[in-house]
Amino acid sequence: MPTVSVRKDLLFQALGREYTDDEFDELCFEFGLELDEITSEKEIISREQGEVKSEGASDIILYKIDVPANRYDLLCLEGLVRGLQVFKERALTPRYRRVCPSGNPHRLIITEETVAVRPHAVAAVLRNIAFTQERYDSFIELQEKLHQNVCRKRALVAIGTHDLDTISGVFTYTAKPPGDILFKPLNQTKEYTAIKLMSLYKSDSHLRHYLHIIEDKPVFPVIYDSNGIVLSMPPIINGDHSKITLNTKNVFIECTGTDLTKAKTVLDIIVTMFSEYCKEPFTVEEVEVVYPDGKTLIYPELAYRTETITADFINKAVGINESAESVAQMLTRMCLRSEVMGDHIQVEIPPTRSDVIHACDIMEDAAIAYGFNNIIHTTPHTYTVSNQLPLNKLTELLRHDLAASGFTEALTFALCSQEDIADKLGKNITDIEAVHIANPKTAEFQVARTTLLPGLLKTVGANKKMPLPLKLFEISDVVLKDESKDVGARNNRRLCAIFYNKTPGFEVIHGLLDRIMQLLEVKPGQGEGYRIQSASDATYFPGRCAEIFVRDKSIGRLGVLHPDVISRFEITMPCSALDIDIEHFL
Amino acid sequence: MADNGLLESVLQHVEKVDDGVDSQAVAISLGLDHQTVVGAVKSLQALGDVILAEQRTSKHWELTGEGADIAERGSHEARVFGAIPKDGLLQTELMKLPSGRVGFSKAMSSKWIRMDKGHEGGPRVFRMVETIEDVVRQKLLLVRQGKSAELEEKDKNELKKRKLLTEVTVKSYWITKGGSFSTSITKQETELTAEMISSGSWRDKKFKLYNFDALGMALDCGHLHPLMKVRTQFRQIFLEMGFTEMPTNNFIESSFWNFDSLFQPQQHPARDQHDTFFLSDPALAHEFPQDYLEKVKKVHTEGGYGSQGYKYDWKLEEARKNVLRTHTTAVSARMLYRLAQQEEFTPVKYFSIDRVFRNETLDATHLAEFHQIEGVVADYGLTLGDLMGVLHQFFTKLGLKKWVEVGNSGIFRPEMLLPMGLPEGVTVIAWGLSLERPTMIKYGINNIRELVGHKVNLQMVYDSPLCRLDS
Repeated sequence: MPTVSVRKDLLFQALGREYTDDEFDELCFEFGLELDEITSEKEIISREQGEVKSEGASDIILYKIDVPANRYDLLCLEGLVRGLQVFKERALTPRYRRVCPSGNPHRLIITEETVAVRPHAVAAVLRNIAFTQERYDSFIELQEKLHQNVCRKRALVAIGTHDLDTISGVFTYTAKPPGDILFKPLNQTKEYTAIKLMSLYKSDSHLRHYLHIIEDKPVFPVIYDSNGIVLSMPPIINGDHSKITLNTKNVFIECTGTDLTKAKTVLDIIVTMFSEYCKEPFTVEEVEVVYPDGKTLIYPELAYRTETITADFINKAVGINESAESVAQMLTRMCLRSEVMGDHIQVEIPPTRSDVIHACDIMEDAAIAYGFNNIIHTTPHTYTVSNQLPLNKLTELLRHDLAASGFTEALTFALCSQEDIADKLGKNITDIEAVHIANPKTAEFQVARTTLLPGLLKTVGANKKMPLPLKLFEISDVVLKDESKDVGARNNRRLCAIFYNKTPGFEVIHGLLDRIMQLLEVKPGQGEGYRIQSASDATYFPGRCAEIFVRDKSIGRLGVLHPDVISRFEITMPCSALDIDIEHFL
Repeated sequence: MADNGLLESVLQHVEKVDDGVDSQAVAISLGLDHQTVVGAVKSLQALGDVILAEQRTSKHWELTGEGADIAERGSHEARVFGAIPKDGLLQTELMKLPSGRVGFSKAMSSKWIRMDKGHEGGPRVFRMVETIEDVVRQKLLLVRQGKSAELEEKDKNELKKRKLLTEVTVKSYWITKGGSFSTSITKQETELTAEMISSGSWRDKKFKLYNFDALGMALDCGHLHPLMKVRTQFRQIFLEMGFTEMPTNNFIESSFWNFDSLFQPQQHPARDQHDTFFLSDPALAHEFPQDYLEKVKKVHTEGGYGSQGYKYDWKLEEARKNVLRTHTTAVSARMLYRLAQQEEFTPVKYFSIDRVFRNETLDATHLAEFHQIEGVVADYGLTLGDLMGVLHQFFTKLGLKKWVEVGNSGIFRPEMLLPMGLPEGVTVIAWGLSLERPTMIKYGINNIRELVGHKVNLQMVYDSPLCRLDS
């Protein structure tokens, strides 16, 4: 959930009234937001870097507001204020208009070289905009917020904004080998080739996170103006030449990316938010985008869509009983202008609300406007009889009886290292049907366990100071590769127990097996009963391991652990263990 | 335990007096250390109602080490007086005596001696009187004889100031006869035996009293893990509410069931390497319900069922990638799909509590794996009010008031349900929370590592109480 940080003074100035912190918190809650924190730059620096560093930092109060992940229209002060004013019926939601300039619109030509790296581009112009320091800061901050959220750290979309009066159309979006791209990047004093830039930015704390998006591509995306000036090399950096300043009057905005839908959304958000400061508010000048196949499209789309719903649908989904007029009014307060047309309600979805993709999203907005706290709690009429999962029922019953047998339940991790399930148990990882993790951050998460034994031995290792004997058990799942399953693996419910003492206590663990069999109503003996039979297993001490057969099927092993296994788990006493598959008893 | 001889001599003392005797007096009369008598009193008390002993504190005066020395050998001034011969003593010689300095000034102020400063050969000290009375020694001797009461208060304080006397507090017992007083001690039995029961000899025996202040013996028993005890209670709550348990015993899921089927777009950040564990072996899932997969692909790419869709290029390769499931909702999706394949829809209530996995940054409250609790209700015409009502009932059973902070809830999107084939009009409400979080709140545990994993202290497991969530 993104957090938007806004200055309290600017916020209240724009809202045209003051709120106490509690009142504003309440307002946020009503609107489906959360006032996360009240702080200041000084406080943040002081907390993160120490009090000394915070000296001289601003102590203007900031509100940090949590915004739902897909509400891109609330990521800046302008959007928040607009949303709240409409919600409180102090303003009407504006109508955003795309306008054609008196002369020809600007053109952005996409060449086919871009297909190999970043095929989409859209653009628009904000004409006669009036920046102040605060508006400018908000404009930059919104781009950063969009880059981090909907743009997926610039991988899907990257935004470039330029002072239109420093460049001249027609603009060309192309892709070139990095050695052929030469320009002075933003805030640098000399020209670099793209190759040099990439190594320069390797140590840049901010930009280094974006290099991977293009670094192994044969060609890099680049936008030129008609004089060969570089506007930007997306998604890394803009050119210094066209950078916007407080004095910029006309802004050229381009969004390039790998996802056209998202690029259009991002462009719509920027222009709808900041066209407020244009001489003719809420108008955006169009740009023609020419595709390699000659097709021409006009951007920004600023598309309005109409959904037709009924009050009955809203009432039934939310559990309320409101008239069509009331529903329409609630939706209008959520920036979804609605009108009652006979039996229906026509709901207009503005270009700012790309999150509304289905009538159920409209229903959610209606619920917010109605107030979640005003909805009466009801009990579903659904009558059902419950059932336990037989495997879990068996597990629950066995757990209690194992504890009653004097064993203590451990709870260990399902993920572990290859070493835990192989080397340490005297086995070779290639012989084990384990599921391997592709992207573990540490060795602790290399594989899913194939046996519960390592977890129990590690539990002993962490509890060497406890009085002996230690009698531990766990009943839980291990994961085994299994080609017959759709995903190629399955869980297996195991019961593992160990006895750790000055003497191995095989008779104790054997006694536990007898008790478990008694509980499961299996009698000792051949055929229908259970028996144990000498087996050889590298985990166990030679001659001290037996395989357990139930109705002539092998269900696991028991025995005295091999001294090397004991040592590898960094414990010191003899230990006997029992490890069985309980799915045979379902 | 004091021997019976001692106990009986104490009892004989008590027998002689009607209204009791002080343990100190008994000690003096028996010529024993007081502490020995106190030990005997305690042993007698343990026998039952033989004696009554009431603790008392008393103060009395005792000689200090120096005081005892003076009582023995006289005061410093008397010793100085005694050291001076008829023809006097050089002052320098006198000062060399052990009692010289202190004794000289005291003897001078008592006018027992005088000094001739101008004497030839240096200042010389002479006796002034023939005999003296060593009052200090006499007073100390009175104290030594236990007659300190005969001294005046100011004398005692004066001697205390000179560090010759000290006042000590003594705890003693005032001993009187108990209800079953007797001067002889019968041997006490420690335990009742089978022989005593069969022979009836227990009737004539005295039994040693138990010390009820001590703890009992620590039992050799097994224990259930506290998190699993909480899991049992959650299962119980769901079962009480009529929810059926889902088969969540499949940690490995395809991205298709974990994400795509839930209408989560393929570029969603949760599908990032930094958040989800992907598998290298088996890396890909190989089997999907083909018909359904096509519908999922379509609803992502172009929408349908009243939805605009996400309008992006949906890739099967992404959907095939195996992951360690990031939520049990993947199983809910499988169950709802299975439900949709029934001839006729029947309403269901499902629940599960099982492990899920996140490849995220670990801290005091986050591990790479945790247990997710999930509840799902599918029926025609369920409302947001129903969701809130069911949540209220659930969290009331938990005894948790601030439930909004520990969980998530919502209504599944039509883009998820309709491609499965569930009928229009069927609503599915669901909620989820972690098992660890409420357990930590309940038991006041701040670090999740103290609750889960092999590093937990088994003592914590041994000591954990019953789990009754609602109390």
